[in-house]
Amino acid sequence: MSPVAPPPPSRIGEARVVAGRPRLLAERPTHYCPGCGHGVVHRLLAEVLDELGLGPRTIGVAPVGCAVFIYDYLLVDFVEAPHGRAPAVATGIRRVRPEAFVLVYQGDGDLAAIGTAEIVHAAARGERLTVVFVNNGVYGMTGGQMAPTTLLGQRTTSTPTGRDPKAAGYPLPITEMLALLPGVAYAARGSLAGPAAIGKLKALLRRACEVQIEGLGLGIVEVLSTCPVGWGLTPVEAVERLAEVERTYPVGVFADRARGIAPVVAPAGGKGR
Amino acid sequence: MTTARSSAAASPPHAAGAARPERILMKGNEAIAEAAIAAGVDAYFGYPITPQAELLERMARRMPELGRVFVQAESELAAISMALGAAATGARVLVSSSSPGISLMAEAMSYLAGSELPVVLVNVMRGGPGLGSIGPSQSDYLQAVKGHGHGDYRVPVLAPASIGEAMDLVADAFEIAERYRTPVIVLADGILGQAMEPVDLRFRTPERRPTDWALSGAADRPPRVIRSLHLRPEDLEAHNRHLREKEAAMAAAEVRWAGHRLADAELAVVAYGTAARVARTAVDRARAAGIAVGLFRPISLWPFPSEPLAGLADRLRAILVVELSAGQLVEDVRLAVAGRVPVLFHGRTGGMVPSPGEVEQILQTLAGMGAGQGVRPHHLPADAAPEPDPVSLVEEGAWARWAGAPRERGVGRGRGGGA
Repeated sequence: MSPVAPPPPSRIGEARVVAGRPRLLAERPTHYCPGCGHGVVHRLLAEVLDELGLGPRTIGVAPVGCAVFIYDYLLVDFVEAPHGRAPAVATGIRRVRPEAFVLVYQGDGDLAAIGTAEIVHAAARGERLTVVFVNNGVYGMTGGQMAPTTLLGQRTTSTPTGRDPKAAGYPLPITEMLALLPGVAYAARGSLAGPAAIGKLKALLRRACEVQIEGLGLGIVEVLSTCPVGWGLTPVEAVERLAEVERTYPVGVFADRARGIAPVVAPAGGKGR
Repeated sequence: MTTARSSAAASPPHAAGAARPERILMKGNEAIAEAAIAAGVDAYFGYPITPQAELLERMARRMPELGRVFVQAESELAAISMALGAAATGARVLVSSSSPGISLMAEAMSYLAGSELPVVLVNVMRGGPGLGSIGPSQSDYLQAVKGHGHGDYRVPVLAPASIGEAMDLVADAFEIAERYRTPVIVLADGILGQAMEPVDLRFRTPERRPTDWALSGAADRPPRVIRSLHLRPEDLEAHNRHLREKEAAMAAAEVRWAGHRLADAELAVVAYGTAARVARTAVDRARAAGIAVGLFRPISLWPFPSEPLAGLADRLRAILVVELSAGQLVEDVRLAVAGRVPVLFHGRTGGMVPSPGEVEQILQTLAGMGAGQGVRPHHLPADAAPEPDPVSLVEEGAWARWAGAPRERGVGRGRGGGA
């Protein structure tokens, strides 16, 4: 099945459409800043949901942050969550709507700071949810303050001399932490650092959706994304900087329990497969 | 203990000729749980806290038995957010907690109101502020009636005074929540939650309304969005205007109160919930001593029964507000009567509950002070301003003003009888 709208009838013999607007992506001007990664992630999701035929039964949960407006772009049902509570809101949907495909979209301030309890416990319960966790290392919407994911030394509007671990602690590798939990069927990290990385990321997103469909548990994909405005860089510089971000947050698959991938160290009481 | 297993009998509970419903002894928290189950609640989300834990425990056992949803959340923040998600799909949802947990729930309460989602929240109030105590209290009154969370909105607040009434009001709360698409608070307290009373096993299941606004997946219709965010000021103002219109409709249709011996009363006690139970006994005892006193009991705390109370004000000589708080309901009573009658206050806090005797003594003092008759507490000289009750929070200033007040409004003076 093609993720794009059927092309207009072509009169050119061998021509075929290789790119187009996914059917689940609204045709409207973006509000995201130039070089922001959210638009790319939205598009990938629109493609994956359509390829898997999930659009008509998807209920999405929008976060607080720049991406709250995902409901303006992705043409599926959406509810807005209080800041950080998206996994709890999604749990409520999940439990009363077993047939729904539940999509959770969160930024790093939302998921890894104010919503730490909610994502950890949704994961501990093994809720059948697909969580897309967009990590750009700052609070974008409020003006580029430090997030729990901000790199050491990184300057933000609330770490004006750079993040100093003595005062502001260390970056939080929350996806690796979640991968430890038996309820997490799938945990992976991808990146927007170029077309090849984006192609790989799409496969990760697809797998995170599949584990929900298969009833295996929670699937989470962290996306290393850009915030040129929050970083004080041009869009091109911001993409280049993702190589540095990947040194703190390596890309890869940390858990895919149905396929025998799981962290070596299981938590006490856990039953890692 | 025998428990209800089935939902409501089809016939109205007290219809003529109807068999009397079974009557059993039940604990408040468990009775509330059973009432919600009979009302058709689809999902319950909670977090343990005293004195409402039995409600959660009963749901933990009963909801899975019935194939319905129970989740013990990681916090009250999460519990009510789960409720928000479930309600967004059109499910009938209950959450419960007690005061400190209710404060955490204020966050999503505001989102529920802004997003117009029906959820019923039960607060089994305990003493505060802070961790306070686990004893009964009514000190979350202002929090509840002023909307609970941030932003410009009110939600209906229903206050039962008995376990049986709590069961009825839980069903009513679902009905109101779904009719207006609003969260509704059932405001109980530690006594109502923990006490056991004989209750009639009469249950009600509100009819389901169409949920053509709810999320189910955009299969054969355009996508739906449920949100509280309206970034354009014009849009948010229009949304707030819409919420205000809805509140006006609720204020017009959902006012509830009960009166007891008010017909010829010169004094009235205003109290709700457990305090009203105490006050009712005090009123009956004072009546037996010849004092013309009645009880006005608000049941809907928002919308507040201001008009019925104001209607009484001109034929009353004084109002005594009795609360398990340092004085919260009294503010709405004073607003309602707008200075037309003196409003005195007696409250206990921290889990302390006024005794009927304590309230009766104040009534006798009030009656005696004005009328020059009736029983006066022995420690009050006949011609002196009364001392503040040493264990009550009756405001000293109020007593002093009362004692020295111009007599045209005083108890015992003929109405309009100027000096």
